[in-house]
Amino acid sequence: MPMRMIWGFFKGTLVLITKGSKAYYIWMVTLLCFMGIGFLAYLYQLQHGLIVTAMRDQVSWGFYISNFTFLVGVAAAAVLLVIPAYVYHWKPLKEVAVLGEMLAVSAMVMCLLFVTVDIGRPDRFWHLIPKFGILNFPQSMLAWDVVVLNIYLVLNLTIAVFILYNLYHKREPSKSFTTPLLLFSIPAAVSIHTVTAFLYNGLAARPFWNASILAPRFLASAFCSGPALMIILFQIIRKYTRIEIKNEAIFKVAELIAYSMFINLFLLGAEVFKEFYSNTIHLAPMQYLFFGLKGHSDLVPFIWTAMIFNVSAFFLFLIPQTRENYVTLNIGCVLIIIGVYIEKGMGLVIPGLVPDTLGEIFEYSPTGIELLLTMGIWATGLLVYTLLLRVAVPILTGEFFVGEDGRTAVIVDTEFIRRADHLAEQSYRD
Amino acid sequence: MPTQERRDDRAFRMSRRKMMRGVAAVLGAIALPAQDAPASVWESFFQKNFRELSPEDLKGVLSRLEKEYSEKYKKAVKVRATPPIEGVSYGYGLDLSRCIGCRRCVYACVEENNQSRDPQIHWIRVLQLNKERGVDLEDAEHYYNPAKVPEKGHFYMPVQCQQCEHPPCVKVCPVQATWKERDGITVVDYNWCIGCRYCMAACPYGARHFNWKKPGLPSAEMNPETHYLGNRPRPVGVVEKCTFCVQRVRNTPGRYTACVEICPVGARKFGNLLDPESEMRYIIENKRVFILKEDLNTRPKFYYFYAT
Repeated sequence: MPMRMIWGFFKGTLVLITKGSKAYYIWMVTLLCFMGIGFLAYLYQLQHGLIVTAMRDQVSWGFYISNFTFLVGVAAAAVLLVIPAYVYHWKPLKEVAVLGEMLAVSAMVMCLLFVTVDIGRPDRFWHLIPKFGILNFPQSMLAWDVVVLNIYLVLNLTIAVFILYNLYHKREPSKSFTTPLLLFSIPAAVSIHTVTAFLYNGLAARPFWNASILAPRFLASAFCSGPALMIILFQIIRKYTRIEIKNEAIFKVAELIAYSMFINLFLLGAEVFKEFYSNTIHLAPMQYLFFGLKGHSDLVPFIWTAMIFNVSAFFLFLIPQTRENYVTLNIGCVLIIIGVYIEKGMGLVIPGLVPDTLGEIFEYSPTGIELLLTMGIWATGLLVYTLLLRVAVPILTGEFFVGEDGRTAVIVDTEFIRRADHLAEQSYRD
Repeated sequence: MPTQERRDDRAFRMSRRKMMRGVAAVLGAIALPAQDAPASVWESFFQKNFRELSPEDLKGVLSRLEKEYSEKYKKAVKVRATPPIEGVSYGYGLDLSRCIGCRRCVYACVEENNQSRDPQIHWIRVLQLNKERGVDLEDAEHYYNPAKVPEKGHFYMPVQCQQCEHPPCVKVCPVQATWKERDGITVVDYNWCIGCRYCMAACPYGARHFNWKKPGLPSAEMNPETHYLGNRPRPVGVVEKCTFCVQRVRNTPGRYTACVEICPVGARKFGNLLDPESEMRYIIENKRVFILKEDLNTRPKFYYFYAT
């Protein structure tokens, strides 16, 4: 019986994701095209080796790992923001906890893909699986990261599916199951980000990363970029679906961003002061990043863009009038997403490797293959998120639920489901 | 209705079977070697970590590799796995007052250790430094190329794997594909490395190198005397490094490393740190010795000194 119930649910989701408005199809086909291009780029990279990237021995990590680092922050922050509100019943945010979980799931999928395309021997991934291979735990920070990222992915997927499946059956999700898991996801979110920071932080060979302030900075900047992304997604979701997200919730999130950005800028300032004032040999990467070193200055315009964006966004979010005006609010969100993407992505990874450990300056900027592959992975993440929303939204709005026989899925007309009139009449049986 | 149901059932089963077949085909095409690949490809795919191989397993692996390399390079290639010699811990000395920066060591190393010629991989990097600045890496010239060396006002510092007592690269490897052997040499299992390059980020000496491309090693230049953990040909997508010519130094009688042998000015010294009579012990006890980046507590067994 339960199998048949799950099969009914599954069939319903299949109907949901395959039927939709024209805009939905265009969106999905566009994403699939980008994914296809990315996949071809990956095949090309597999065939020729990582030589098709701009990475070399001097700069051995590049654009892929930069994107990975940024996205770990997004995954962590989406949950840290929403779960407390859910657990403590802060009404305006309660309904959207699931949306945060699903953003975390999509970001995790992208993170794992970015790591996969970065490694030289993806055919040997099984070496990481305990029992089959050897996971160097607890010695290697990368082993820790593999563990916490996978736990986090499974955790968020479990919570989201459990809540949605219960709502689909018109039951209130069991508190004794969800609350401990939701509470556990808070330290889990902190840990994925801390472990990722420690992955860099623990390398004494790289003074730019080997600063104790790195993990706090990671968390602070994640609390800016993740929520900024959520604000934009919330607005899109409430515009195109029947999910209601109150202004109050959005403005509260924006206020949180202002505080996080202040902490982020403060920590960055502390780091910049220490390096420039003490002026030791460890200043070189910081100098390379902000002012260029010996005529090499590829990152300089980017980091100053990030600085200007972050500071402007801080003021936009600090002042109540601009925070509560949707034009300035959205400008602020975009500024923050770009600013943190630069600062926490290439702005973090590359200066760790330039100048290299023997003082050589090797300038890195990604190749076309790296860009195409990266776009493919972002498209995959967006596709995953769209598919998850596609199922979650009608459940949350009560338009996708189980029929009276307890097995058949019922799909009521929704704005984004075309041909809904006949679907509403005809329920799907297995 | 029943017929309808049964047909639906069949349709579903068909599609599931088809789907499974499709999934298997895609997985096969992406991750696994092709179906008609020789059995050795599967053997190599499922090969265990070097340190987990039983003596029989190891024998099988070595003969499989010998066959593979001999066919590929059209000569009789030996792949040994000579274990460390008891009571030996290798140490290296480099006399900065003698080195003239000729880079003969760089190329002798490439020839001995079967590094890729295209693209070039060098395990030794010779830095040209300013006498006025001393050992200041930020000031180092990596690509000096005058007609004649040494150049006035400069001295030269070759850097290669420092064979640390506390190797940061070993600590960070997520799959234990790299480790320090009992004789102090840090080695890589090229069949176990997943190519994540975390060790390259962790190494303070730029000693680790990645095969960004399938290594280009012409048959004629291939050195057929190889060691599993040392100079055997490497696959694409893995990390490699200096092994103090493990294929030479562990033999009885042992041989000096290729870089020691070639050095025209005798700047390079090598020996057993546990032997009180060795040249290395004499140098450490009697010369002004320093190690690179001492503050990182990696405790290199590569000693720079000024003999004159």
